[in-house]
Amino acid sequence: MGNWHDVLSYSGKYLSGLGITLEVSLYALLLSLAIGVVIAIFRVTSSKVLNGFGAAYVEFFQNTPLIIQVFFFYYGSPAMGLNISGLACGTLGLAVYTGAYMGEVFRAGIQAVPKGQMEAARSSGMNYLQAMGYVILPQAVKIILPPLTNQMVNMVKNSAILSTIAVTDLMYQTYLISSDTFIVFEVFIFAALLYLTITVPLSTFANLLERRLQRSS
Amino acid sequence: MEASKWMILFEPKNLKFLMQGLQWTIELALVSIALSLFFGMVICALRISQFRFLRYPAFFYIESLRNLPLILLIFFTYFALPVIGVNLSKFWAAVVAFTIFTSALVAEIIRGGIQSIPKGQWEAARSQGFTYLQTMVFIIMPQALRKMIPPLLSQFITLTKDTSYATIIGLQELTGQASLTFIEYNNPIQTLLLVACIYFIINFAMSRLGRLVEQRMAMG
Repeated sequence: MGNWHDVLSYSGKYLSGLGITLEVSLYALLLSLAIGVVIAIFRVTSSKVLNGFGAAYVEFFQNTPLIIQVFFFYYGSPAMGLNISGLACGTLGLAVYTGAYMGEVFRAGIQAVPKGQMEAARSSGMNYLQAMGYVILPQAVKIILPPLTNQMVNMVKNSAILSTIAVTDLMYQTYLISSDTFIVFEVFIFAALLYLTITVPLSTFANLLERRLQRSS
Repeated sequence: MEASKWMILFEPKNLKFLMQGLQWTIELALVSIALSLFFGMVICALRISQFRFLRYPAFFYIESLRNLPLILLIFFTYFALPVIGVNLSKFWAAVVAFTIFTSALVAEIIRGGIQSIPKGQWEAARSQGFTYLQTMVFIIMPQALRKMIPPLLSQFITLTKDTSYATIIGLQELTGQASLTFIEYNNPIQTLLLVACIYFIINFAMSRLGRLVEQRMAMG
């Protein structure tokens, strides 16, 4: 019990770590959504060049480890003469990686909408972007939402890897607290519980959406 | 200058150093894939069991473990398990963490495959006199397997990528060896690109294989 008391006395550090975890995840999420939409549109256009680029992006970033990508930005940027903070490098790495998955999520959603919808929108005088924005995407959202939420869960989990480049997130603080107190077991269990308070509601929500989608189709 | 940063990587000594890391990566991946497939099946069997005292713990196991960061589990198996008397080498600490994490996901994939088979198949088989086990093995599994293979392969690709996390406890797999290399030669961009290509080749080959199997099964 004494150990738990010590662990709880560090709640301030835990919470500041959790704050960074959430902040990084949120920024990376926004960026990865933007990347995902662009990549998905590249992949469904008729342009072979854009198609190829989109496919190459997805294949490359899905098939290489996140930690390599994060290291690339973190250790590579000074070598290129850029001075970017660890936090920014980590967020960028996380966003670029998740962007590839988001791209696939969006593509699957867009392709699930019947082709006739696009044709009808275009023949009513909408341009490609208008048709995408007003007709296709709103219908695709329903299909996209469950896997998108799952990607958000992955984002929060994956953000723990930024502790390896000295981003003071929850994982980093946990590591510091355990080397401060020499308490390992309880310190990690408490961190696990904190992660779960974020990820379990999100993934439960994703499951709920998925079940609703299955019922409606 | 830039060219020499590339050239140095291809010196036999350095290439051999990276390949030693690759060997650890492959061993980590293969052992963890085999174990998480096995434990994934066990956990799935518990998860779909008729008995609550088996079903609930399995549900709890799956939902908590798949929602945790993998590197937290690696830290836990390496640093916290010794506290309760379980001392694992770096390799086995990583394997145990990967297995705990991936078996939860594998269990859900298998369950998804089984549950995608229409209920009528069960009823038909049972009414023909098949037992539960016979129905599972001869009727449900062969059909479910087709649906499971693509997500299982993509999970194993993820696992292969995730073996890179073992570097955080100092296991010198491919990423660990790469870090030492680029620190020594001050060539992070070149080393990380080369290593990214190595991971890419392995995982891309696996994903193509997956697509091939998928097409074969769709035909047959």
